Amino acid sequence: MPPQQGMVSKKGFFRRLFKQLDIQLMVWPGVLLVFVFSYIPMYGVLTAFMDYDVFTGSRIFENPWVGFKHFEAFFDAPAFDSIMRNTLVVSLLKFIIGFPAPIILALMLNEVRHMMFKRIVQTITYLPHFMSWVIVGGLVMSLLSTENGSVNILLENVGAINEPINFLSMKEYFWAILVSTNVWKEIGFSSIVYLAAIAAVDPHMYEAADIDGASKFKQIYLITIPTIMPVITIFMILAMGNFLNAGFEDILILAQNPALRPVSDVIDTYVYRVGLQNAKYSYAVAVGLFKAVVSVGLLTIANYLARRSGTSLW
Amino acid sequence: MKRLSYSDRIMVVSIYVFLILLSFSALYPFWNGLVVSFNEGIDTSKGGVTFWPRAFTLDNYKVVFSDDNLMNAFFISVSRTVIGTVAAVFMTALLAYGLGKSYLMGRKFFTVFFVFTMYFGGGLVPTFLLINSLGLNNKFLVFIIPGLISVWNMIVFRTFFKSLPAGLEESAQIDGCGNWGTFLKIVLPLSGPIIATLGLFTAVAHWNDWFVPTIYINNENLMPVQTILRRILNSNLIQEAGNLSPETLERIAKKSLTSKALINATIMVVTLPIMLVYPFVQKYFVKGVLVGSLKE
Repeated sequence: MPPQQGMVSKKGFFRRLFKQLDIQLMVWPGVLLVFVFSYIPMYGVLTAFMDYDVFTGSRIFENPWVGFKHFEAFFDAPAFDSIMRNTLVVSLLKFIIGFPAPIILALMLNEVRHMMFKRIVQTITYLPHFMSWVIVGGLVMSLLSTENGSVNILLENVGAINEPINFLSMKEYFWAILVSTNVWKEIGFSSIVYLAAIAAVDPHMYEAADIDGASKFKQIYLITIPTIMPVITIFMILAMGNFLNAGFEDILILAQNPALRPVSDVIDTYVYRVGLQNAKYSYAVAVGLFKAVVSVGLLTIANYLARRSGTSLW
Repeated sequence: MKRLSYSDRIMVVSIYVFLILLSFSALYPFWNGLVVSFNEGIDTSKGGVTFWPRAFTLDNYKVVFSDDNLMNAFFISVSRTVIGTVAAVFMTALLAYGLGKSYLMGRKFFTVFFVFTMYFGGGLVPTFLLINSLGLNNKFLVFIIPGLISVWNMIVFRTFFKSLPAGLEESAQIDGCGNWGTFLKIVLPLSGPIIATLGLFTAVAHWNDWFVPTIYINNENLMPVQTILRRILNSNLIQEAGNLSPETLERIAKKSLTSKALINATIMVVTLPIMLVYPFVQKYFVKGVLVGSLKE
């Protein structure tokens, strides 16, 4: 055997390091990149407790400490109530509708016996996942437009409306449009994991259930769903950790009309607006930090509850 | 196979009907966009163009392909996608190979170092300030460098490398290959499926990104096509978008072209590359997604 780096032991630390320098050199560029682009911004979070001045640049400790001033300012801000409400409502709607939808799709696809048909449906429903929100936004605007929008044409033809409705400028419709667009975009792609979990179910269980005369519905309810429950639980915990990420790109794209702000502004879009557009850096960092802390809390609670039921992330 | 009971048959039929409707709803927006892009703009605005072009024309595409600013944006998007994907996949694979070696000194520390960033981050504003103080704003490199390492992809790569037979690497080393040689000549060439999968995901992320240029780029000549498209969609008056060539704006003003026709033709041109590539990679990425969801 050639001298393998791992075999050389009981020599000096630097000698060992030098021996495996080739492999160390593979790792160090990645370490450096992640240190710069992930860890330095974490340290930048400290500016939430300061009055950050752009001119101090990287010497952030030259900024004056102000304690929880920016957090208090956020809680007292006039927009606070509507931002929190929008964040919670949009998250909740996305969770209630968006979480079970791919599971249901996977259960349905599993019943399809024509492989060709199944593959075509999968290919088509995965497709929107690969489109940018800009494209999806463009298509949605096109479908809903008052000028040759297919939705308005359909509604007029069935006699539901007389005048085309300008859906994307009306507050009443915004949440529904946002949530359904999200489900439309991701339902197929999210179903992949559940389909794989279903494929692991022992086929003998279905045969036995069939002989016992269980209907298809009963088989799904009593065999498939319990078997994929661990996967569902893990994804539910992860979804809890993301709960306050009500949306960002989708809202920036779909809520073009400033009139929609009372229903469309969520924590992330607010951070973007006050932080980057109005340059209130410290305040925006504080709002972002508030969100991160609550998210970690939610993730921990969800994981605790799940562990009591037997599945957990850690 | 035994015959299905009456209630089971109803269920199976409704599943097929539902899946057909769902597929239709996923495909129709693209189809309608395609139809509108092939229809004369003024005619479209009269309404009623849904399934087939009524006044077929290639003019909308001619405008897109002759608009210098749009073509420049396509060029930026393509260069960014190609360079960014090749560099990111290579760097991430290299890291994964190194971290996969059990004798790597500091391996435990490195693993925690990387995985930690999957759960915690600095957020938008600190990242923005960092990029600015590094002087990356308004540089093409801002598209490439911050995205070189994806921890998620690194884990997928590492899991895949572990599944390669250990004997292969050993025999390469006996034949005198160092770690770099083994990685470049043995491991990478055997990783076709996973490179295709992660390469597709990375390329799609690069191709689709409009937000990074929105916040870091002021130079109009560095704007990728998604950002320009977003501005056109965004502005009520298309003339304000300022990202189209004067000839195109003039044609819109003179109404020989409508903004809707132009938008749809652009959407189709931007979407086409993904639509062409993705069905071929689909069989690989289903596996890739699964490996990625099984974290250690």
